[in-house]
Amino acid sequence: MRSPSKLARLYEATESIVTIDKGSAPRILFSGEDLLLEDLPVGTKVIYPRPPIEGLTNVKAAIRQAINHPEGCDPLHARLRPGMKVTVALDDISLPLPPMRTPDVRQQVLEVILPLLADSGVDDVHLVIAICLHRRMTEAEMRRMVGDQIFDAFYPDRYYNHDAEDPKGLVTLGETRHGEKVILNRRAAESDLLIYVNLNLVPMDGGHKSVGTGLTSYEGVKAHHAPGTIKKCHSYMDPARSEMHRSVDRIGRVIDEHLEVFHIETTINNRMFDGPMEFLQKREEDFTDLDRLKLSGLRATLKHLPRAAKRKLFQAVPAAYDVIAVHAGRTEPTHAKILEKSFAQYLVDVDFQADIAVMGIPFISPYNVNSILNPLLVQVMACGYFFNFYRGKPLVKPGGTLIITHPCSDEFDPEHHPSYIEFFHRLLPETRDSDVLQAKYEEEFARNPSYVHMYRTGHAYHGAHPFFMWYWGENGRQHLGRIIAVGADNEHVPRLMGWDSAATLSEAIDMARSVHGRGAQIAMLHHPPIVMTQNLG
Amino acid sequence: MADSPKAAFFDVDGTLVSTNIVHAFAFYAMNQGTIFGTAWRTAKTALSVPALWLLDKTNRKVFNELFYGFYEGQTEDRLRELAGELFREVLRPAIHKGTPHLLDEARRAGCRIVLVTGALDFTVEELARHLGADDLIANRMHFVDGVATGRVIPPIVEGAHKAVVIRDYCVREGIALDRSHAYSDSFSDYPMLAVVGHPAAVNPDLRLRNVARAYEWPILETTEA
Repeated sequence: MRSPSKLARLYEATESIVTIDKGSAPRILFSGEDLLLEDLPVGTKVIYPRPPIEGLTNVKAAIRQAINHPEGCDPLHARLRPGMKVTVALDDISLPLPPMRTPDVRQQVLEVILPLLADSGVDDVHLVIAICLHRRMTEAEMRRMVGDQIFDAFYPDRYYNHDAEDPKGLVTLGETRHGEKVILNRRAAESDLLIYVNLNLVPMDGGHKSVGTGLTSYEGVKAHHAPGTIKKCHSYMDPARSEMHRSVDRIGRVIDEHLEVFHIETTINNRMFDGPMEFLQKREEDFTDLDRLKLSGLRATLKHLPRAAKRKLFQAVPAAYDVIAVHAGRTEPTHAKILEKSFAQYLVDVDFQADIAVMGIPFISPYNVNSILNPLLVQVMACGYFFNFYRGKPLVKPGGTLIITHPCSDEFDPEHHPSYIEFFHRLLPETRDSDVLQAKYEEEFARNPSYVHMYRTGHAYHGAHPFFMWYWGENGRQHLGRIIAVGADNEHVPRLMGWDSAATLSEAIDMARSVHGRGAQIAMLHHPPIVMTQNLG
Repeated sequence: MADSPKAAFFDVDGTLVSTNIVHAFAFYAMNQGTIFGTAWRTAKTALSVPALWLLDKTNRKVFNELFYGFYEGQTEDRLRELAGELFREVLRPAIHKGTPHLLDEARRAGCRIVLVTGALDFTVEELARHLGADDLIANRMHFVDGVATGRVIPPIVEGAHKAVVIRDYCVREGIALDRSHAYSDSFSDYPMLAVVGHPAAVNPDLRLRNVARAYEWPILETTEA
């Protein structure tokens, strides 16, 4: 007969939450490009991602099924007429993370719909990457996303990045009843049909956000990328409780009144690691001897490599994501179906709120593909994305402590993030108050001709982007009492962020316990892969 | 101060166009009206190039004095007449593809466009008009009875003096220096870049690129559209 403790362990083997006891294995935490192996205090609840949902066996068949049986409108083929003008907008390289193995799902969708357009006599087709204020994708990245054949046929005249700073390339469609400006890419707005090909990595993506945000300008996006809006999000990974999504939806509905929009939405599972790093998908309890050997080998290799080489090492391994759902049709019913699947992959039910949360910050974010996770992006991962990975109540109690592990190096990519550098070194020493930053400096950065030029002709994020990154941490900052950075290689970065520093995780936990008491509930969100908590109690 | 006017100061040679003042000088040398005049000026120019190059690297002030001396004896009418041709044949084709975009972006940002150059004013006036500049700060040749003396009316616009003339310009025009932008390709313009609130390196030489990296100034490329 199994003892109760053995039964508990058996039960936990199928559950997503593991409670640390005396004999538990140390846990892996990302710390930028390094992997830490840490013993956590007894009683800590470690929340793991759900196992990957089985992928679709035939993605192209699923795409055909979706466009032939769309949600709330006629099938795509029935909406096509010879000689019509069609724009196909695509999500950019910020999704998914890391970039998926080829063929990218966007390529697969295009390989289905482009022949259909051609067969229907639609020759005036442009492919526009909906970058909004993100950096322009490079030629190589664009080629990888759609494959050689489509790239060669469309690039550069009919396959290009949206330009949010081209005065002639934008058109104002109107305003929402809340006064939000609805500005859109002119080519898309003047098309007879706009097809948006999306990839939902997290529940924040997709829906009205695709067109309304991806193809607009600074004027259009600043309506909801604002501190006041973010403060009212609970969380922005849960569109039903997100003020940002309410604003985006209002904008999207105005767009839908003016334009014929056909959405093709897709979502993927969380099979983020593959090949030699596949063991990172497992719980530490389930590691085989070979997995432990691989982990030791990887950690030893990482220890001796320079940071840039480590980055290359991680970025060289594309993710083995599988497509788990494809839906098409009108914006809202299509997105609702995709959201359902996305939540099914990510949500883990919890019935508690922790006093202290521990999160490892990895090397990547949506904003540094093939680049550096600079301090502002570390901040947006901690206070923004990871904090907001909840539905219902946050994982951490109000006033709780968030402990993150990251070196927080004062390192920026001058080509991709030039305005971040000025934001971090000039503005943050003056104030961390988002409202002050917005009122005093946002416009200046957004209009800075150097940043505009680098956005339009180089591969730089827009001048206003670092502000949005700071605002995106706003609800996390408002909610949390304290943030402690573990393993920072300098003093000033955590200090400028308003964080405390600790050399080790145990020191950080002691610091947090000094406030919350010895009996404080500690929780660790074990990601990547992505996991979201759901606490609807 | 938040609403005070601002300006964008642009160096010209290498920054907006791919030519430099020597191109203009050579153009004048090769267009002397008579075969002998042209031959003499061209030969004199060719022979002086190594010395000028050396001086340019060592003493910019002496370089300028010597350089502008080559214009001595030429009539103002002729210099101005040839300036139009210089623009059409030399300067306009040399405008970087990205230059109009950069100027448009500065204009859209509400900046007054000011070109600041060590070239002689009559050689770049047409270019300034073409680019839609609001003002031009350039060196002015001293003429007596319509003939160039080979001396420039002080202060010479170059190096550290560019910072001084920009500062004076801002005081005179009520422009906020700390809200203004400056663009150059050369390390010799470091003072001009350092004096404004928002400096940027454009197609920079190696020294300026290193400085821009160190000071975290934006680095722009305008050679491509």
